[in-house]
Amino acid sequence: MSIEVKNLRYVYNQGMPGETVALDDVSFGICDGQICGVIGHTGSGKSTLLQHLNGLLKPMDGEVWVDGQCITDGSIRLVEVRRKVGLVFQYPEYQLFEETVAKDVAFGPKNLGIEGDELDETVRKAIELVGLDYEKVKDASPFELSGGMKRRAAIAGVIAMKPSVLILDEPTAGLDPKSHREILAMIRRIHEELGCIIIFVSHNMGDIASMCDKVLVINKGKLALEGTPHEVYSQEEKLEAMGLDVPPVREIVDRLNEEINLGSDALTVEDAAEDIKTWLETSH
Amino acid sequence: MRQSFSQVRYTEISNFIEVKNLIIDYTRVDDEGRTVLATRAVNDVSFTVEKGSFISVVGMNGSGKSTMAKALNGLLLPSKGEVIVDGMSTADEDRIWEIRSRVGMVFQNPDNQIVSSIVEDDVAFGPENIGVPSEEIRKRVDSALRKVDMYDCKDKGAHMLSGGQKQRIAIAGAIAMRPQCIVFDEPTAMLDPRGRKQVMEIIHELNEDGITCILITHFMEEAAQADRVIVMKEGQIYSDTTPEELFSDRKLIEGAGLEMPPLIDLRDRAGLPESITTIEDMICQLK
Amino acid sequence: MVRDITLGQYYPGKSAVHRLDSRTKIIGALAYIVELFVVNNFWGFLIAAAALFAVIAVSKVPLKFIFKGLTAVFLIIAFTFIINVFLVDGRVLWHWWIFTITYEGLQRAFFMAVRLVLLIIGSSMLTLTTKPIELTDGLEKLLKPFSKIGVPSHEIALMMTIALRFIPTLMEETDKIIKAQEARGTDFESGNLIQRAKSLIPILIPLFISSFRIAQELALAMEARCYHGGEGRTRMNEIHFHRGDAWAGVLMVLFLAVIIASRYLGALF
Repeated sequence: MSIEVKNLRYVYNQGMPGETVALDDVSFGICDGQICGVIGHTGSGKSTLLQHLNGLLKPMDGEVWVDGQCITDGSIRLVEVRRKVGLVFQYPEYQLFEETVAKDVAFGPKNLGIEGDELDETVRKAIELVGLDYEKVKDASPFELSGGMKRRAAIAGVIAMKPSVLILDEPTAGLDPKSHREILAMIRRIHEELGCIIIFVSHNMGDIASMCDKVLVINKGKLALEGTPHEVYSQEEKLEAMGLDVPPVREIVDRLNEEINLGSDALTVEDAAEDIKTWLETSH
Repeated sequence: MRQSFSQVRYTEISNFIEVKNLIIDYTRVDDEGRTVLATRAVNDVSFTVEKGSFISVVGMNGSGKSTMAKALNGLLLPSKGEVIVDGMSTADEDRIWEIRSRVGMVFQNPDNQIVSSIVEDDVAFGPENIGVPSEEIRKRVDSALRKVDMYDCKDKGAHMLSGGQKQRIAIAGAIAMRPQCIVFDEPTAMLDPRGRKQVMEIIHELNEDGITCILITHFMEEAAQADRVIVMKEGQIYSDTTPEELFSDRKLIEGAGLEMPPLIDLRDRAGLPESITTIEDMICQLK
Repeated sequence: MVRDITLGQYYPGKSAVHRLDSRTKIIGALAYIVELFVVNNFWGFLIAAAALFAVIAVSKVPLKFIFKGLTAVFLIIAFTFIINVFLVDGRVLWHWWIFTITYEGLQRAFFMAVRLVLLIIGSSMLTLTTKPIELTDGLEKLLKPFSKIGVPSHEIALMMTIALRFIPTLMEETDKIIKAQEARGTDFESGNLIQRAKSLIPILIPLFISSFRIAQELALAMEARCYHGGEGRTRMNEIHFHRGDAWAGVLMVLFLAVIIASRYLGALF
């Protein structure tokens, strides 16, 4: 399982006043089992890129390959693409519509033709995977759940389609710190259980640094930076020029490097704490 | 529960808002048509807001902070207890418009609080409602738009703006009422980092101009910018203290379900002493 | 993209047309629409079109902008044209199987299409040159005399303001929901009519819920900004009749006379 994006280009309102190039010659690859973070400002082209990965938008130029299959040449059935690549939009709780949580989660797999016991089993697994109590919520109305639970129910609706690639567009937006942590833990759990590729958009640099194997930085429709979190966040001047931050711990570590020669390149609190401990042992 | 530090220190000084034993119940009608208690969103909350201060309110979803905020300008009325704004009770129907023009409010969703299609017409909506004369409205709208740095967009359609810009328009709409206090109910929750920064800068500027600011937020780095942080949990005040004190107290933060600031988290994980609360402290200690 | 729809949009400007009182423009646009149905020959349409283009020229709204709005209703115009071409009896020009084109049909179809185009451009000139708030203020004032017989003029105007404001928001919301459900494998394109209608449910319910949420939040925001009905409200820009409006009135009467005269002009040629 892998994703290959080749020379993707997309223009809104082509030939009309207000023409905007949303994506310009974007190419990258994501390997099996990776968690890939995408960062960039609102309007940088991130959302346009995500929508190309499951065929909601057709590129004007370029190709998208998922699992060795080209999904942009028109020969593949769209339902097939959507099964492979699950996309969870921002504020997914606003797409809930069924009477009960179980029915809502079943909507996706039903569209794929899954029926009977297999459907029930799929729904149960998906609900449990997002960390909800199946027995408790299955017959509840999705509108009666709390904000964080609603969001998890909506994500279960996409996971139930058993995608090999799961895309999450700002899954933690607007949540309180506790729900935020729960969503991150949920993403890790899904990744472990399903072993799928996860692509995840966030403005929270700390989350990106601690979760991802690979980071893409999109700026003004172009792929500005690409690499491991260490590779990306070490290019501080470039990020700053784009108006993007580094993880908050990195700022602390930078100060410590300057003042006490800590010599750390940590991006997470855990790594930084280890580096400080080692530093204390060696220098005292 | 912690002794609230504000009550001790601020009572002698001019209190702009006084919340006394506030209880707000949400009710629903049961199957037999009787009104029954659904939830007690705010449970016996008391605090005072000093004129010109900058207070942030944090807490988990459902902790009652949003409900409490809506009681500050009479959008919700106390089930028990009272809220006194500049000497007026929010339960006094005759003064409710006066209260609301003194305590402005900015909400979370930038889209759903803009009434008119054109930017400047929306900013004028509030002053128009309270019967301000035309020339005066014009002046207020222009100065409010300059304050949020959106004067150049005054003729634009609201739907053409970014989320951050829309939120600045909503703030201008509140400023144009010339309030003494503005309650911000998670104004940055739906914005990207750039929009969030701009909104926070405006809040600071307004506070410097003497406007009392009450900021409800989930972002700890925003809460830390206030003079005082009220932590809410299960409808009650869990702590009411300075950000420095709150954010160096691991037990307090974890108890309220909040997030540790990276520096304090790092300090504890690296086994450094608890007396460290700033980066400078940490550098000193390590040197 | 939904942002391209120009119908009902405002084009900022300071031209003589922009500066007219919105009441003048509302009456003018209504009169123009009625007059389009008075016209019955080529010369009349020529005059009506010339008058409209004169207004556009004065308003300085770019033609490109106006025609972009027309593309949205092109289908309706084409449909009207075809219906009229085939369904009017008269002198036969061409006949094949059940299709007959007559001279009268062609003429009627042409007139009908021109009438529609002028009607749409004419009414969009009203919204393009009038700020939504002025438009609704004008409407409120025009309806004011009827409030004595129970017409809620202020509420109608406010409803229009909010509707104009939230059309783009709701369209974006719809767009998002459609995409989200498409990502969950909904198929809107295949199946029979009933299946297709059923596939709308996952869109309509969230849209409904969203609309209620928006309405609730907006009502709260309006209350927080001291909205309490039309009583005691002032306006940032009170609308006033100026000298320009008097001139516009004279021109409108003159135009009406010319249009009526044009009905007889056809007989002369």
